[in-house]
Amino acid sequence: MHFFDNSQYLHLNNIISIAYRRLLKMHFKSNCGHIGGNISCLDALMTLHHLIMSSEDRFVLSKGHAAGALYIVLWSLGFLSESDLDTFCQEGTALPGHPSGSGIHGLLFPTGSLGHGPSLASGLALGARQKKLRNHVYCLCSDGEWQEGSCWESLIFAVHHGMDNLTILVDQNGLQGFGSTKEVASVEDLSPRFLAFGASVASIDGHNPEAIVTAVANRTPGKPHIVVLNTRKGRGLPFEGQLASHYLPISEEQYEAACVSTPEEVDI
Amino acid sequence: MRKAFANAVIARGHESDLFFLTGDLGFMALEGVRETLGDRFINCGVAEQNMVSVAAGLAQEGFRVFVYSIAPFCYARPFEQIRNDLCFGGHHVCLVGNGGGYAYGHMGPTHHALEDCAAMSALGLHVLAPTFEDDIAPMLLRFSGPTYLRLGHDARPKGAKAPPYSPWRQLLAGGGGVLAALGPLASLAWRVIEPLSEATRPSVWAVTELPLSSIPESVGTAIHSGLPLVVLEEHVSQGGLGMQLLYNLTIKGINVQHFQHSYALGYPSGRYGSQAFHQGECGLDEVGITSILTSLQMI
Repeated sequence: MHFFDNSQYLHLNNIISIAYRRLLKMHFKSNCGHIGGNISCLDALMTLHHLIMSSEDRFVLSKGHAAGALYIVLWSLGFLSESDLDTFCQEGTALPGHPSGSGIHGLLFPTGSLGHGPSLASGLALGARQKKLRNHVYCLCSDGEWQEGSCWESLIFAVHHGMDNLTILVDQNGLQGFGSTKEVASVEDLSPRFLAFGASVASIDGHNPEAIVTAVANRTPGKPHIVVLNTRKGRGLPFEGQLASHYLPISEEQYEAACVSTPEEVDI
Repeated sequence: MRKAFANAVIARGHESDLFFLTGDLGFMALEGVRETLGDRFINCGVAEQNMVSVAAGLAQEGFRVFVYSIAPFCYARPFEQIRNDLCFGGHHVCLVGNGGGYAYGHMGPTHHALEDCAAMSALGLHVLAPTFEDDIAPMLLRFSGPTYLRLGHDARPKGAKAPPYSPWRQLLAGGGGVLAALGPLASLAWRVIEPLSEATRPSVWAVTELPLSSIPESVGTAIHSGLPLVVLEEHVSQGGLGMQLLYNLTIKGINVQHFQHSYALGYPSGRYGSQAFHQGECGLDEVGITSILTSLQMI
């Protein structure tokens, strides 16, 4: 992986701003919830797909409720059109609120029930290794998702098999469906637990593309890599950092307020 | 049947797209598979949910994957992984459940698989329940898409030769009606019924795949003529061979006038024992089969 100069990060930040506004519009128009957890991982998804991943790499969206953010990323890459996005969560759509796993470029599995992605990604990584491919497998999880036992099953497996062609990003926004991760499970930071299981771990500002690029690149041979993204749920929205951003759709007032506070689109 | 299964996999070990995952099971059975497949054999440990999803990932990369465990740990524990990760994508993964029905006997109810065929059929898996060890190799040749292989014990009459594989096979001819049994129970019926008069005994059929493939014409004709239908399965009544067969016959407009169904009743006495003990409690033994035949005046 190579590193990038300031102009490339400026360019990416411009694209992220456009993606952010389009994501808000898509969720507002569709009256679809889960906007908070989509926004918290948008910077990482955009950075991953625009600067880090090659065309041979694989990606698994384990936090399937962030499907909207991923659709926006695929739109920004030209794999989905404006009219595709207009069908989001509408009747007859190929873009449901959680990915169906078929018919869309790069979406390999139906996700939405939490705790599946790390194992699916481990299978892809194992298959790639067996076929002696040099590609890399990326997986994005939520933080609440690590209350699923299957996630830890997968981590034990990935560590045991030394899967250094696997990187798991964890969107640690600290909020889940009905409380904070601290309130629900006494978890504020997952990093020590990942380290204890034997993974290579980095913990960074999940809204900083440069930090994401650096952390993803800083892997350890022979170990699966985990990048903990410290993020804000619903960042930039009136209900930033609040539980309401998990399920509720955004109102017209909230949408307009968010658009006002977001930089205008920049020519790119 | 697990050794026969292992030998069938070993015979195909040269196929480089085969992968084998086990959930820490296979001592004194899968060592040869491990040796043959090398790094395509992985003991995933006691983590069945992970194992099934890993299989889906491997299948996405083009591998055909066997996932092996004791039957309930194979189909019940990772049910959602089977549904979401294998079935939605139609992946070429064969779940291999050792110990169908009450086969794990004294090990207790957690190790029994009584609703597996219904559960896997409902998800759209192709269910394979071999009657004879000889069935396994031809079954695996046909393995495509999400599949569930239910291994039991080959209980054929001593010295008997298994007929060539088919999803429906007549083991005995008979003029008194039709007896269809799922998997190994067909062998038990074969043993019990063989000495009886061909004129009055039922024809005995081994059924080994669900959902049902086309029902043989002679079976439909016999039932349609008013002769009794007897179904035996070491499986709960809901969603198993009996229900699926009745549904298929109804769709075909074949009216079943006399129907006897013996199936897994769970644990009616609240006591536990060998497979034979539980079969006996459910009428799935020689006494139970004889009782049915007597009630139908086939003896």
